[in-house]
Parts: sequence; structure tokens; C-alpha cells
Amino acid sequence: MTLTNPPHRVGLFVTCLVDMFRPSIGFATVKLLEQAGCIVEVPDTQTCCGQPSFNSGDRSSTAEIAKNVIDAFDGFEYIVGPSGSCIGMLRQYPELFSDNDPYKARAETLATRAYEITSFLTDILSFDQIIADYQGSITYHDSCAGLRELGVKNQPRQLLGKIDNLDIKEMNEAETCCGFGGTFCIKYPDISNRMVSNKSSNAEDTGAKTLLGGDLGCLLNMAGKLKREGSTIEVRHVVEVLANMTQAPAIGEAQYDLANEL
Amino acid sequence: MQINSPDFKNSSKKALDNPGLQKALGNLRNGFPVKRANAVQRMPEFELLRNEGRDIKNHVIANLDFYLEEFETNVTKNGGNVHWACDAEDARKAILDICQKANAKTVTKGKSMVSEEINLNEYLESNGVQPVETDLGEYILQLREDHPSHIIAPAIHLNLDDVSSIFSEKHGTPHTSDPAALMQEAREVLRDKFVAADVGITGANFCVAETGSTIIVTNEGNGDLTQTLPRVHIVITTIDKVVPTLEDMSLFLRLLARSATGQEFTVYNTLSTGPRRENDADGPEEYHVVLLDNGRSEMIGTQFQDMLRCIRCSACMNHCPVYGAVGGHAYGWVYPGPMGSVLTPKLIGIEKSGHLPNASTFCGKCESVCPVHIPLPKMMRHWREKEFEKHLSPKGFRFGIGTWAYFAKRPALYRWLARASAFSLKLMGGKSRRIRSLPLKNGWTAWRDLPAPEGGTFMDQWKKNQSTETSPSHPDNKCRS
Ligand code: SF4
Repeated sequence: MTLTNPPHRVGLFVTCLVDMFRPSIGFATVKLLEQAGCIVEVPDTQTCCGQPSFNSGDRSSTAEIAKNVIDAFDGFEYIVGPSGSCIGMLRQYPELFSDNDPYKARAETLATRAYEITSFLTDILSFDQIIADYQGSITYHDSCAGLRELGVKNQPRQLLGKIDNLDIKEMNEAETCCGFGGTFCIKYPDISNRMVSNKSSNAEDTGAKTLLGGDLGCLLNMAGKLKREGSTIEVRHVVEVLANMTQAPAIGEAQYDLANEL
Repeated sequence: MQINSPDFKNSSKKALDNPGLQKALGNLRNGFPVKRANAVQRMPEFELLRNEGRDIKNHVIANLDFYLEEFETNVTKNGGNVHWACDAEDARKAILDICQKANAKTVTKGKSMVSEEINLNEYLESNGVQPVETDLGEYILQLREDHPSHIIAPAIHLNLDDVSSIFSEKHGTPHTSDPAALMQEAREVLRDKFVAADVGITGANFCVAETGSTIIVTNEGNGDLTQTLPRVHIVITTIDKVVPTLEDMSLFLRLLARSATGQEFTVYNTLSTGPRRENDADGPEEYHVVLLDNGRSEMIGTQFQDMLRCIRCSACMNHCPVYGAVGGHAYGWVYPGPMGSVLTPKLIGIEKSGHLPNASTFCGKCESVCPVHIPLPKMMRHWREKEFEKHLSPKGFRFGIGTWAYFAKRPALYRWLARASAFSLKLMGGKSRRIRSLPLKNGWTAWRDLPAPEGGTFMDQWKKNQSTETSPSHPDNKCRS
């Protein structure tokens, strides 16, 4: 960032899982964006990106939800979120509207401005001044939508590489789906279980202390499996490490009492 | 082949609990994908080839009538016959008719998924013609009265022991687990069949319009013998296999071998261009091509048109984590894996095959390896849309999604729902911060815990921070305020 440029005005797309399950990921994202010189706002009419409806074949509800997101983020220079999957959904909005629908052009504008956080920091802002302290080894799960729809692969690793003493131990099949798949894990739990079991054993085999990823859905799935199996690997969203916000217990870890923290 | 797709859930459960199958699937997952990756790495222009392949196929689909007619004209010019078949019944009848005119008692067959699609073997048998599969995998399956579970490696669900048992049972030979000995045993049995067969039936990987040729690729050479030894050669194939020129065919052969098995080229590439000519050393007296439509032409101009680009390489299933977990039989019909999840609903109806396009996480791996860039997840989603429109998706599921959408469209209500969920789930997590069992969400908690929420929604905490602070403070503090 050169100082002569006015700061970017970024709208944070919180994502429903972060809103409900792990607000600290949202705050870590804000912290990184502010460190990179952005002004962050959080439109309070945002809800969900619409993926549950979209992937269930309910196009008309999806279009309604998309309109809400488009309205909520109208006028922002960028829309950034801590999820490849939700941002991938925002990028698909144009196909929900016919050419003569006024929302079509707005959807296209939104799609070109929507970014996943690690790729926004590296690809758009060329920001890499990570100020974080982390001791130990991590392994990284490449969530599918981020990886294959948005090309998020090296960006988180590049940023993590800026942290002294952080050692990346790649696991086998890091790019293979963890079996979450939104409603898939509820509709086909046995198959989903096989997939997440493969993932947890690949993660275990690295001997890494922490498993990181960029999508909370996958992280809840993997943490839930690892904890059920009694594993000691801790699971976190990558922004928690990058923003130096690892004081809070990892996903699904005990001994966390918010009341005591306040 | 009987349709078992409605039973996908049960079949997949059984598959997951079948150790033999799981072992075989493990071999598959560690085999083809690795070989493909190496082959692609050795070929820097692979991406260009993929784009070219996609473009050629798109061009052919847009001009399908032209190329099919050109193909027919050239087959006829070479002395062969083209039989147009609208549906499976037409194709079966045409084939039986040719067999009966040739007084055929036995026919040898090369591997053909289209013949599975039209239930050819059962039909021929019930009409007094005995088909003999000559592809090793298919031969094993025929002995076991089994069906293919994969489009290029039909017996991939079996292990060596399975083969050894069925050979010893059906051939009356001693048990052996030496693969070479088993192969030799099959060769000996099949050799006599090749000689005895009156008709040879093969599929086609491609039909070349400019020459009127068909080509099959095999790694065993059985295809050669099936099409050159018998007096009559019948090719059963579908209208989407036509390519304009030999040059185009070569491009697809390069894409096919690498995408399928990671080979630079398949071992045997056998072209057939009409019946034997006067000075030919060998070849059949008659050459017939049965061109089956079976609903494919109806896909043109629809959301499913791109599926017609498929060259049946199997890369999508080899890389699919769902296929890799449950194998091909669970899909319950001829075409398994991602390509089957798009094609099967068209061929047997979405009413019977609704599970197939639903049993996907949309991880996108299939599309990323498809040599002709077929957007498989997108088309699976289109099938889900059709299901939704027709009210075929399960009631409870529709209700759940509908309720969710209702809230997602109404921000104020949604805030309240998020707050309530975060609160109650946190409570349920208790001190361990993990939920081990959840009513209505048993699918999740049967196999894993649900990490409990931190408590409070992001939106509420953010709002609180904004109203209590005049200037933006460090988000670290916001998190705890
Ligand atoms: S859909 Fe693509 S990857 Fe799958 S079999 Fe067809 S060509 Fe191969």
C-alpha cells in the first residue's frame, strides 16, 4: 500500500457460520483488513449467501437472497469474507438473473468485487506484513470452493510463511474434499463420515499441532471428527493465526468460558 | 441392467461396510489419479489440448446432423451399413436381426458400456444367441453374473481372490493367485471362442466422419480379434461419438489415454473402416454400425448439452471422493460417478435417480480433471433444480430449506434466529463445548461432535462495539468487549 492512495472501503461479508459459531474469525478478518489499511464496514442487513437454497435446486429463493446481499453491499469498493465457499457463491450471482433484470448488472459488479480474505490481502493489496507469533507446526486443508473456484492455494501459505517459527507440514490429499458439502453431510452422513475420516487420518499423519483452513463449514466438520476420535490436533481458521488471535480456544476445544473472558 | 439407483443410500452403506470392496477402491484411488497427474506433468501443452478438445466437441454438437450424415455416407461408400436406433429397443432389434441373418450361435464382444445401457447380453441370450465377453474384466463379470462398476475398468470392485475363485469354479481348474497364470487361463478359454464366433460386437470410442471409420482402444488386444476374426462385425455406439477428422480423433486419443490411465497412448488402437476389401489379409465380410440416440439428441439446446462432450475417460470417477468411498455399483445403473450423476437422470429419469446428482459435495474435482471441461457440478445442480421444480426432493428437506430461505430473506428475523441458535447451541455444548448428539441433526452427530458456538453472534458484538466506541479501536479488544 502506498500512502498516497486513499484507503479502500471494504464491506465485510461475515458468513452465517462465522456469525453464529465463531465471531472471532470475523474480528480476525477485520483486524487483518485494518492492518492492511482498509476501512471496514459491516452492513447489518446481510444474512446468508444463499448456498443452501442454491445447491438444493431452489433458484427463486436463491435469487431473493442474492438481491438482499446485492442491496446490502451496494457501493462498496470490495466485499471480503473469510470463506472461499460463500465468496464463490457471490461470484455466481449473475447467472441467477435474466439479462433484462436490473439486478443482473449489479450482480456482475458485486461478483467482480468479491474476494476471499487471504487472496484479497495477497492478490489485490500485495499485503504481507503479518505480525503474529506462533510456535509450532500447522497443516493446511484446501477447501474445495476456495481452491477450485477462486484459485486460493498459495495465498494462505504465503502469508503463513511470514510467521517466524511456524512450520507448514503438508498432508496427503490436502486438496481432497473433507466431506462437509453443506447439506451433503446431513443427507449422506455415512459417505461424509468416510471422507472426513480420511481427512482426519491424513492430518494426524503429519504430526502437526494445528490444522488450518479457510472455511468454517469444513473446519467444524474436521474439528468435530478429530474431537470425536480424541485427537489432540487443534483446528482453527487461518485468519486467527494470521491476526495473532489464537488466545481463544480452538474450534470445539473445552475450557472456554466466554463469561470469564469478558 | 436392473435399475437400483433409488436404493443408493442402502447400497452405499453396504459398500462402506464391505472390506473387500474398500480394499479395491483404495487401489483405484492410489492408482489412476497418480498416473494421470504424472502424465499431465510430462505434457506441458495438456491444457491447450483440453481446450481444443472442448472446442471441437462443441463444434460437432452444433453441427451434429452434418457430421453424422457424413459419417453414414462414408461408411456406406466403404461397403458398410449404418443402422439408426432411436432407443434401446431399436438398437437391440437391429443387432439381433444382423445376428440371425448371419445364423450366429455365439458372438464375441469387446467392452461396451452402450451394450450395458441397452441390456444387450440378456436380450441376445433370450433369443438364442450366446454373447461371450472378451475383455478380461468383462469376462470375469460375465462368469460371476455381475455388472461393471467402472466405465473403463469394469471389474475394479474385485480383488485377485475373487477372480481366482470364480475361475476355479467355472473352468474347473485349481486355485491360483498368480495373475499371469489367471490371464493365461482366460486366454486359453477365449481363444476357442474367438474362432467359433460368427459375429463380433464392439463399441467405439470415436466415429470418424471423414473416413467412415470407428476406433476402439484397448490394452489387451481383445478388440482386434473381436472385430477381425468373425465374419460379421457390429459396432454399437452412440451419436455423440462422432468426430470430424482423423486428426481430431488423434487429439482425443491423446487426451483419453492420459486422462484415463495416465498412458501416453493406449496399447491397441484399432480402426475399422468397412468390410474386408479384395486385397486385405483379414477382416469381416460385413460391417455394421448401430448408431443409438436414446435421448441424447434431446439434450442439445438444454442445460445438459455440454454432457455430450464426454469421451468416457473415467477421470471424473477416478478422482471423485464419493465414488472412491462407495464404488460404482452403489449408483445403481450403468454409468457411475459424476458423469453418471449427470447422464443417468436423462437416460432413466430423475424420478428414479434423484440420489445421484444429490450425492455430491460439489467439490469440483471432477470438473477440474475432465479433459473436455464438462461443468459436472453445475449440471448436477440443474438436476436438483428439476427435482425441486417437480417437488421430488424429500418433504422434510424441502421444509428445512424453505424455512431457512424464509429467514435469510428477512434480515431482522434472521438476526434473531442466529442469536437464538448461537445461544442455545452454546448452552447445549456445555463445558466440553462440543455437542455429541443433536435432535434432527443425527446425520452430523452420529459420526462427529458439533463444536459449540463461542457465544453471541458476530453481528451483535460488532454492533455493540460500534455504539460504545467513537473511534475504531483494535479489533482484538472488540472481540472481548
Ligand atoms: S465427464 Fe469428463 S472426466 Fe468424466 S468420463 Fe466424461 S470426459 Fe471423462
